[in-house]
Amino acid sequence: MAKKVLDALVAKHGAAIVKTEQIHGDEVAWVKREALVAVATWLRDDAAMAFDYPVFVTAIDRLDWKPLNRPPSEAWTEGQPRFEVCVQLRSSKHKHRIRLKVALAENDAKLPSLTPLWAGFNWQERETFDMYGIKFEGHPDLRRIYMYEEFVGHPLRKDYPKDKRQPLVRRPDLA
Amino acid sequence: MGVELTSTRIADAAAWAKHVREKQNIVDGATNWGRKFSLFTYPFVTACCGMEFMSVAAPKYDLARFGAEFPRFSPRQSDLLMIVGTITEKQGPALRRVWEQMAEPKWVIAFGVCASTGGFYQNYSAMPGADQVIPVDVYIPGCPPRPEQVLDALLLLQDRIQQGTGHSQLRLAREKALADAALTGHE
Ligand code: SF4
Repeated sequence: MAKKVLDALVAKHGAAIVKTEQIHGDEVAWVKREALVAVATWLRDDAAMAFDYPVFVTAIDRLDWKPLNRPPSEAWTEGQPRFEVCVQLRSSKHKHRIRLKVALAENDAKLPSLTPLWAGFNWQERETFDMYGIKFEGHPDLRRIYMYEEFVGHPLRKDYPKDKRQPLVRRPDLA
Repeated sequence: MGVELTSTRIADAAAWAKHVREKQNIVDGATNWGRKFSLFTYPFVTACCGMEFMSVAAPKYDLARFGAEFPRFSPRQSDLLMIVGTITEKQGPALRRVWEQMAEPKWVIAFGVCASTGGFYQNYSAMPGADQVIPVDVYIPGCPPRPEQVLDALLLLQDRIQQGTGHSQLRLAREKALADAALTGHE
């Protein structure tokens, strides 16, 4: 696909874009957190963009990430942003797609919610919060969606121990 | 009293099983014979094993041949709980509640490795075996088990019912013995 959307985005919001890339034909724009809502609003409302379909929101935890077949210099190190939040959008009118990414530091894992722009992101942002503990500010109802309320921690974070169990009930005779 | 016999107390369970077998009179035997051929199943179906449960229940393998005729969708009307599929920690309270609502005596079959041990779901959400929350009488391995294995498990369970050595039967016998002892004043 041509870089039509990316080019238009950079032309309009160049200051808000950290970098752009194309991965397997998908257009990706790394956006500054402060500018996310402005960029997203423009993507939704501009007639030439018309991103009306919220495909998904998710996150990536880069803790101790070592990419295969790539130089060790690309591995994650302390001090790099730990989380990436990905927002995939699609336009059913123009049939084009774009992925927005926001990098977040470990001790500052929050970003503005996009639910006010696309209601379809509501539960997905709750899922991302539940699994990764990323706070979506301005979300109308940011509660856990899969795990129970008693659950402590966020299970898809890389530092959640993989054999840790948090049982709700156990047989009284098996203690 | 109220203590459940578990596989972790095998010696205890074996002693009680022997006691129950020796104490069993002709009326108990006849009752248990009736029970083992009129099981009412409550299918607690949560995952892919459900497909295999359907095939066991459908005409080709036909669970009804062994008297386990009707799946009942109310725990009040059933005495065999079939745990078919993965149990998550979040489901634990619901599973325990369903089991508590069933009429005594009741039996439990863990259908498939997920219900037996958690299978390959060894993670934050899956429960490592339904026997973490309720006692299980017969475990069926397999992912999913073949219908023949399920029928085999049902026959095993029928043996157990006839002998009066299901978990709930043992517990009832034990509670009765303790109550009798309290009544007559000696152990
Ligand atoms: S044992 Fe296999 S078939 Fe059965 S519920 Fe688990 S994963 Fe599915």
